[in-house]
Amino acid sequence: MKRALLFLPLIIFIGLGIFLYKGLSMDPSARDSALLNKPLPEFTLPRLDNEDLKVSREDLVGEVFLLNVWGSWCPTCYEEHDQLIRLAEEGVPVVGLNYKDERPKAFQYLAQQGNPYTLNLFEPDGVRALAFDLGVYGAPETFLIDKEGIVRYQLSGEVTPQLVDETILPEVRKWQNAQ
Amino acid sequence: MDILYLPELGQFALILALVMACVQALLPLAGSMTRQPLWLAYAQPAAWAQFALLTVSLVFLGVSFLVDDFSVAYVANNSNSALPWFYKLSAVWGAHEGSLLLWLWILAGWTFAVSFSRGLPAEVLARVLAVLGFVSIGMLLFVILTSNPFDRYLPQIPSDGADLNPLLQDPGLIFHPPLLYMGYVGFAVTFAFALAALWSGKLDTAWARWSRPWTSVAWAFLTCGIALGSWWAYYELGWGGWWFWDPVENASLLPWLLGTALMHSLAVTEKRGLFKSWTVLLAIATFSTSLMGFFLVRSGVLNSVHAFANDPDRGLFLLLLLGVTIGVSLLVYALRVPTLKARASYSLISKDVFLLANNVILVVATLTVLLGTVYPLLMDALNQGKISVGPPYFNALFVPLMLLLGVFMGLGPVSDWKSMRLDKLRKKIWLSGAISLLLGFILLPWVYDGSWSIWVALGLTLFFWVVTTSLRDIWEASRGKKGWRGISRSRWGMFGGHVGAALIVLGVTMVANYGEERDVRMAIGEPVKVKDYEFTLTQLGEREGPNFSADTATIEMRDREGRLYKTLTPEKRNYHVRGMPMTQVSIDWGPLKDIYVAMGEPVAEDAYAMRIHYKPFVRWIWWGAFIAGLAAILAVTDRRYKVRVPE
Repeated sequence: MKRALLFLPLIIFIGLGIFLYKGLSMDPSARDSALLNKPLPEFTLPRLDNEDLKVSREDLVGEVFLLNVWGSWCPTCYEEHDQLIRLAEEGVPVVGLNYKDERPKAFQYLAQQGNPYTLNLFEPDGVRALAFDLGVYGAPETFLIDKEGIVRYQLSGEVTPQLVDETILPEVRKWQNAQ
Repeated sequence: MDILYLPELGQFALILALVMACVQALLPLAGSMTRQPLWLAYAQPAAWAQFALLTVSLVFLGVSFLVDDFSVAYVANNSNSALPWFYKLSAVWGAHEGSLLLWLWILAGWTFAVSFSRGLPAEVLARVLAVLGFVSIGMLLFVILTSNPFDRYLPQIPSDGADLNPLLQDPGLIFHPPLLYMGYVGFAVTFAFALAALWSGKLDTAWARWSRPWTSVAWAFLTCGIALGSWWAYYELGWGGWWFWDPVENASLLPWLLGTALMHSLAVTEKRGLFKSWTVLLAIATFSTSLMGFFLVRSGVLNSVHAFANDPDRGLFLLLLLGVTIGVSLLVYALRVPTLKARASYSLISKDVFLLANNVILVVATLTVLLGTVYPLLMDALNQGKISVGPPYFNALFVPLMLLLGVFMGLGPVSDWKSMRLDKLRKKIWLSGAISLLLGFILLPWVYDGSWSIWVALGLTLFFWVVTTSLRDIWEASRGKKGWRGISRSRWGMFGGHVGAALIVLGVTMVANYGEERDVRMAIGEPVKVKDYEFTLTQLGEREGPNFSADTATIEMRDREGRLYKTLTPEKRNYHVRGMPMTQVSIDWGPLKDIYVAMGEPVAEDAYAMRIHYKPFVRWIWWGAFIAGLAAILAVTDRRYKVRVPE
């Protein structure tokens, strides 16, 4: 009888272990981005390829597009680049936001990796513009903007093939077909 | 850039270390089953080799950081060419993979140290090393299979790194993780001694004596590590608090509470031969909670400022590791622990019972914290929605438990082993009791503030109670034949540990009840009053650091008579690469109070939101912890641990 009692710690631990196992498949930080279903903030930024050409919110809004925050300093951006190219080939407009980068390095990146972007905005270090207002704290980060200029989806981190197939492309099609 | 092959060599060393860990774990196991003493002897050299190989691995990772080898993914993600060299080094343990390597290296270091312990029978040593070898195998597999710090970005090598998280660019963070890991992993040694004892079936007082110094040293490191982390959170996060009941803080508190219970329980087992099976269970539980804390932090099941990258595969592997390690050891415990009742008897009023009370309270406190920490997880798993358990729960349950613990903390040192007459105990404590009630409960709360509150009174009473009973114990010990010089180091250790704890109580009581926090708008030339002081923003400026630029403010602090008391210079830094804003607080510190100024957001031209805190006695929380930690080390240097045990 006494011996049976000694199994109690083991039983308690097994019980806890089961909960921890269930916990693994849940995401505690699954909270919606503060900007979700809010309008894309106003901005005016130069193009990456031409400093004198300014782009503002009104120039972009009108069709569904993805806004991808990247930089040549960001290792994960290299990893996800092929997926951006695939998205572009699927006909999804991808607008780049080159973030805290330097022009020569960014040009080299695009030359080596290929350029999936319809156009690139340039927000260098020290400028507090669109990326700041979007609450970007790292790269890569990707936003889906609908026809009305409302943020409909947000992803911080790598765009994986799985995400493209299961989430991003269906979301893009959904908002393209929305009235 | 030349490709250096150091990362590959480092990884190779890591794999060889796994081989050595297997030798260290399996040969003694096989040897003791087949009665081959020679096989037992393999454990020691294998442990040395493992330590050497892990040292090589860690050094090579460090060198990769120093030479900015951004082809190594871990370096590229956590360093930058503009990062000062000392942060490049501390970035080695700045994120998941590298900190695991540090964890392993520290485990190997502890194993190395154990392998030199004198007076340990060869068979016991081999078994202890074997258990440590098994722990090492599990963690090495985890690193090699899921979290390799030497992975490369090839062929596209990033031109520069993503920089170390600015929060970690701080001197406190150079030392916080190593100290903490020394503590967590140190409990693996006690754990190994416990399992070795169960394995041999010889659960005697010698086992407790061997375990005690290791437990105390691990506890000392953990105490200092937690204190350093709390201090860092205080001045680096800019929130001005010192404990947030964050899940990861709680994860460090669990092994600390159980480790504290274990230290005291080991004393009873060694001196009186009592509570053996309980002590073994505590030894297993202490290390188990430190592993579980590891799981909670690394698997992403909980939300926390400390949480590392969320990766379900890693989480599953870790859970498996956790399940095997803890499950097997608890199973061995259930099957092997002797159920014979100890012959020694004890009465209700005795040191034995007071220490038992200490254990019960600490275990209840542990369960309270554990429940609060995993409760959100339980609710989520049961589809009850996402909730979080905040400080009110913890404070409401934890504070009364600690107050109760304080009562026994005073009774323990002055009581006798086995049994004690009530009037003798009364004679020893009446003066302490009177002083504590008079000064702590009635007088001082009034004198300090002019008003009386129950929490201040309770806290101060406890402070005086623990200090005076400790003094009484030391004074009595000094009346022996050799006088003050005859007092053993372990008694001084206990004295220091208890006084350190009392100082923590003092600091917590004062800062929780008399602290003041104000968020104010400060414009140049407009004075603001906080707690008898006048603060004036005199100047705003800018400054460039090596890898950040900062907005600076100069604030003059004047006392009641208008004399300049101190000039404070808080900063708001923006780290270039990660684009992360950081507040650099400015603190005027002292033993009686801290004045703490953090810079917020600009609210207008020439005006900033500022956070001004008045924190009385807050330093004593950390000083108390460091005193307690040093005291534990002092206790370990006691002569009786050095005496060779006759075989």
